Amino acid sequence: MQVAKHHKSGVKGSRSTTEPAWVRYLLLAVALGFLSLFLLLPLAAVFVQALDKGWEAYLAALKEPDTLSAIWLTVLTAACCVPVNLFFGIVAAWAIAKFSFPGKSLLITLIDLPFSVSPVVSGLIYVLIFGLQGWLGPWLQAHDIKIIFAVPGIVLATVFVTFPFVARELIPLMESQGRDEEEAALTLGASGLQTFFRVTFPNIKWGVLYGVILCNARAMGEFGAVSVVSGHVRGSTNTIPLQVEILYNEYSYAAAFAVASLLALLALVTLVLKTVAEWKIQQTLSEAESER
Amino acid sequence: MGSQNRKNNVLPGFTPALGYTIFYLSIIVLIPLSALFFKTATLTWDQFLVAVSAPRVLASYRVTFGASLMAALINGFFGVLVAWVLVRYRFPGKKVIDALVDLPFALPTAVAGITLASVYAPNGWLGRYLEPHGIKVAFTPLGIMVAMVFIGLPFVVRTVQPVLEELDREIEEAASCLGASRWQTIYRIIFPTVLPAILTGFALAFARAVGEYGSIIFIAGNMPMVSEITPLLIITKLEQYDYAGATAIATVMLVLSFLLLLSINLLQKLSRRFAE
Repeated sequence: MQVAKHHKSGVKGSRSTTEPAWVRYLLLAVALGFLSLFLLLPLAAVFVQALDKGWEAYLAALKEPDTLSAIWLTVLTAACCVPVNLFFGIVAAWAIAKFSFPGKSLLITLIDLPFSVSPVVSGLIYVLIFGLQGWLGPWLQAHDIKIIFAVPGIVLATVFVTFPFVARELIPLMESQGRDEEEAALTLGASGLQTFFRVTFPNIKWGVLYGVILCNARAMGEFGAVSVVSGHVRGSTNTIPLQVEILYNEYSYAAAFAVASLLALLALVTLVLKTVAEWKIQQTLSEAESER
Repeated sequence: MGSQNRKNNVLPGFTPALGYTIFYLSIIVLIPLSALFFKTATLTWDQFLVAVSAPRVLASYRVTFGASLMAALINGFFGVLVAWVLVRYRFPGKKVIDALVDLPFALPTAVAGITLASVYAPNGWLGRYLEPHGIKVAFTPLGIMVAMVFIGLPFVVRTVQPVLEELDREIEEAASCLGASRWQTIYRIIFPTVLPAILTGFALAFARAVGEYGSIIFIAGNMPMVSEITPLLIITKLEQYDYAGATAIATVMLVLSFLLLLSINLLQKLSRRFAE
């Protein structure tokens, strides 16, 4: 392992703004040791244990009908949640970032609220509304509509926990870009929608991607909230994380880790795309800065 | 000032955009959350107190908050160290490590849970070396803390990292020119500037750990009075159709997380004022 002797700032070997070499090596070793132990080791463990019984057992575990139906339900849930929260995120960011009004910071706090609610509580509140003993329970039962312990409940709870992702990414980004470009477009005769799609959207597209990726990762991986509302019916109301739990509790560890490895792969893809999006956002911002 | 600003603003769509934002926020977040308080309000004060202060419930608070506090302290220390190393030093693979810090955000909690449980189990990769020394991690409160450290780490790193990046190196140079040792510079100049960010990251990690469920239940062992966390107790009550009990405990947790959120916001305001 090599530690650069000089800092980027170019203060060559100046003792004043850097630590002695042995301190640098020590801090680096402790930090990397901690990260390997707490992040890399568990990540590696997922894949090693998934392939514990060989490739054939791995593929067989993924081809189980219950697993396939869990994959399908997870994709369906994400396909419902991401678009509604994407639309909300863009609309909310437009109102909050491009206009000033009283109560703005309260609104931002309220949008962030689902992040500070325990996943279990996020599921519970929908049981209280749509469950048999809940507000709408008797009415729903009379009309033979099932929400709790069925797919709609899973989608609703997932929409709740993924609610802030797109909005909280776009609000600061759009605020930093101001509204000069949109005003110019409107003055030149563009319509509102034209302005949004031709001027605003190209500026925020990487921010949108960033929000969508994180929203999707959480939607596919949510466990606590979904666990409360799902009812755990095999082959019908189990998402991938719930299927992992069932397999693990049945001591079919290799199968549990095989299914879990799908989610771990999703996490890795998420991290890569997120890093690319972050890099592009930085690029867009610094380009805009240099043009000013 | 706000209305004047709006008059000068030629951009269209303010009213429908704000209207939709408030509408969607209400039906997805605010009304469902209010259900919790209305349900709790149907309990008498005595019923509520009994539900939230039964010995098993009190023990779960102790386990949850105790482990969260320890985990947030550990994250506070190592998170700052990781942020420092990522901002100040150059080493091969830095970009990959930087991206991997967010793994706990991206990895579904159930996956983290079963993996940590298997790594720290008595025959696991790490458990087999800890067990002979009498250190039991999996299926004890220590395991709960390990899971909380895992999920909380990015919060501290990601709040401290940008503040460290913004630090003006010239101030450090000035300090050393004026005769400060490196340690004095770190202790007197860098640390006070970064402190609000450290506290914010600490509070965020703590808040996340208190509500966490998925990554903990697999490694916790879930023994009532010993290693049972509060979110699990809510689910247990629900499965026993004790809706009132579950709701009362959930209300306590929700109020506590609101208070945490409030203090985090205050901390951030404080640090912004500090920065100016």
